[in-house]
Amino acid sequence: MTTISVWTGRTGASKRSLRQSLTGWGFVAPATLIVLGLTVFPALWAFYLSRRNWDGISPSTPAAWSNYERLLDDPQLRSAVSHTLVFTAIFVPASIIIGMLLATALNRQIRLVAFYRTAIFVPFVASAAATGILANYVFSPQFGIANAALRVLNLPEQQFLESDSQALLTLCVISLWGEIGFTVVIYLAALQDIPESLVEAAIVDGASTWRVFWHIKLPHLAPVTVFATVWQTITALQLFDLVFTTTKGGPLGATQTVVYYVYYQAFQLTHYGYASAVAYILFGFTLLITVGVIAYSRRVKMEAF
Amino acid sequence: MALPTIDADVADVPADGAGGGRVVTSPVRRKLRLPFSPWHLLLMPTALLFLLPLAQMILASFMVDADLNRYPPRFIPTDLTLNGYRQLFQQSSMGQWLLNSTIVSMVAVVSHLFLCSLAGYGFARLKFLGRTTGFFLLVSTIMIPIQLLMIPTFVMFAKVGLIDTLGAAIVPWLASAFGVFLMRQFFLSLPVELEDAARIDGCSTFGVFWRIVLPLARPALATLTVFTLLGSWNDLVWPLIAISNENNYTVQLGLANFQGARRTDWSLLMAGNVVATLPLLVAFLLAQRHFVATMSFSGLKS
Repeated sequence: MTTISVWTGRTGASKRSLRQSLTGWGFVAPATLIVLGLTVFPALWAFYLSRRNWDGISPSTPAAWSNYERLLDDPQLRSAVSHTLVFTAIFVPASIIIGMLLATALNRQIRLVAFYRTAIFVPFVASAAATGILANYVFSPQFGIANAALRVLNLPEQQFLESDSQALLTLCVISLWGEIGFTVVIYLAALQDIPESLVEAAIVDGASTWRVFWHIKLPHLAPVTVFATVWQTITALQLFDLVFTTTKGGPLGATQTVVYYVYYQAFQLTHYGYASAVAYILFGFTLLITVGVIAYSRRVKMEAF
Repeated sequence: MALPTIDADVADVPADGAGGGRVVTSPVRRKLRLPFSPWHLLLMPTALLFLLPLAQMILASFMVDADLNRYPPRFIPTDLTLNGYRQLFQQSSMGQWLLNSTIVSMVAVVSHLFLCSLAGYGFARLKFLGRTTGFFLLVSTIMIPIQLLMIPTFVMFAKVGLIDTLGAAIVPWLASAFGVFLMRQFFLSLPVELEDAARIDGCSTFGVFWRIVLPLARPALATLTVFTLLGSWNDLVWPLIAISNENNYTVQLGLANFQGARRTDWSLLMAGNVVATLPLLVAFLLAQRHFVATMSFSGLKS
């Protein structure tokens, strides 16, 4: 408080405030410069690139908005967008519902609960590369346990990642396996924040488990749900690693996602300008969704941010 | 099987009416009661479903070819062998990749801990011109996604000669906005009195930070370590773009590219998977508390 008056007042203390500012920036400058230098600066550069045509070797030529115009009429991009949206539409609600359900189940003192928690969190630690390679094995039509299980149950065997109609759904299942631990943990933390007296009072009043969940726990979980929706949507829209280590966009382009398409355009075709334009549109879209969800949650008065 | 009835927030505590349960439900409900909590019916299959693929990964890495190439395949091996691991280290540079990833992760963690807590302390406690703007700008960069940054960063690193070196994998992990944010939030929660006392005793600002505040920040530093370790060890996109020299591959990149060459050599690939996952798996099992704290922090407070 006092330092604010020091800055504005023209007292002899201004020398001290200069020293204070230098000390302050001495503390924050290294991390701040690294982070801004690796985010804001390249982000601005990407915008510049998106308005140029450049292959990385020969001099770039100005392209104005032609890269953005071109992406409106690109059938490959259109199918990448639709795959990404389908994936998001399945992955986000599933991870919210399953996460909430598992967290509710894990939030009680029953036997083995420590084992259950560990089992459900462990896949989160595995990298996308390891998860992808493991998934290739588990869902291998010939050698995988997925088909082995179907055989035991006398169900028809499936092609999973090798079928253009099942690959995207299989990727969804794999992503949920790897990332459900995250939603479970944040829901579990939120559930543990609910005052016990509140729940007990309701039970004493004769409320059923279901009513306790619906009327007491669910409203408490609303802010976390907003956050989880935003976070998982961003994750889903940026799906790349798993595609790279499993299907590489195939079969027949069935799992080509937007970020995979950006990677393909930039680093295999060296269309840096066009790839930057696509990346910018995806960024804008993500930002729009994030802001939209936050604005909506503010309006219905369940603040998460 | 006697069930604990201390389940404060559950309505379906065993209502045996003999004083064990607090809630007496209707007689009809009592008849349906299982000898164990019904939640086990959900949790046990789920837990097995989550562990089964990992179990298959570990088992397959020790399998002999005869078991692997059978149809239908075996889940339980008839014979164990270390051939998968032996071939992995002979036919790939896995040893080198492990070393590279260890270097990347160690530099990332040390640099992250130092720079982010330094900046976090500055933003939390020191008063200086541009503090609010600087912090706001820093935190808003969390929104910028990697796919927007990868092209210009690649070009930028190529210009300074970082591309294709291990440094390319390290530099993006030197500090992060999330780390600064996490440390700032933690420092704000500490009482100021201790620092004031030290300052009155003639301690410099850096001295207060280094000797008084940092030792108190152990829980937050543990969380930051987990975050950095997970991110830097498991990163695939950026090394994939920035590194093409096999000697400078990280474990994840090596694994992903090795898979391309050995599509169905399962014992080899699973051995690679085990080797790449084991360090974090062990760390996770040893410090599960901190992993969970990291995940819930990034979930609740951001």
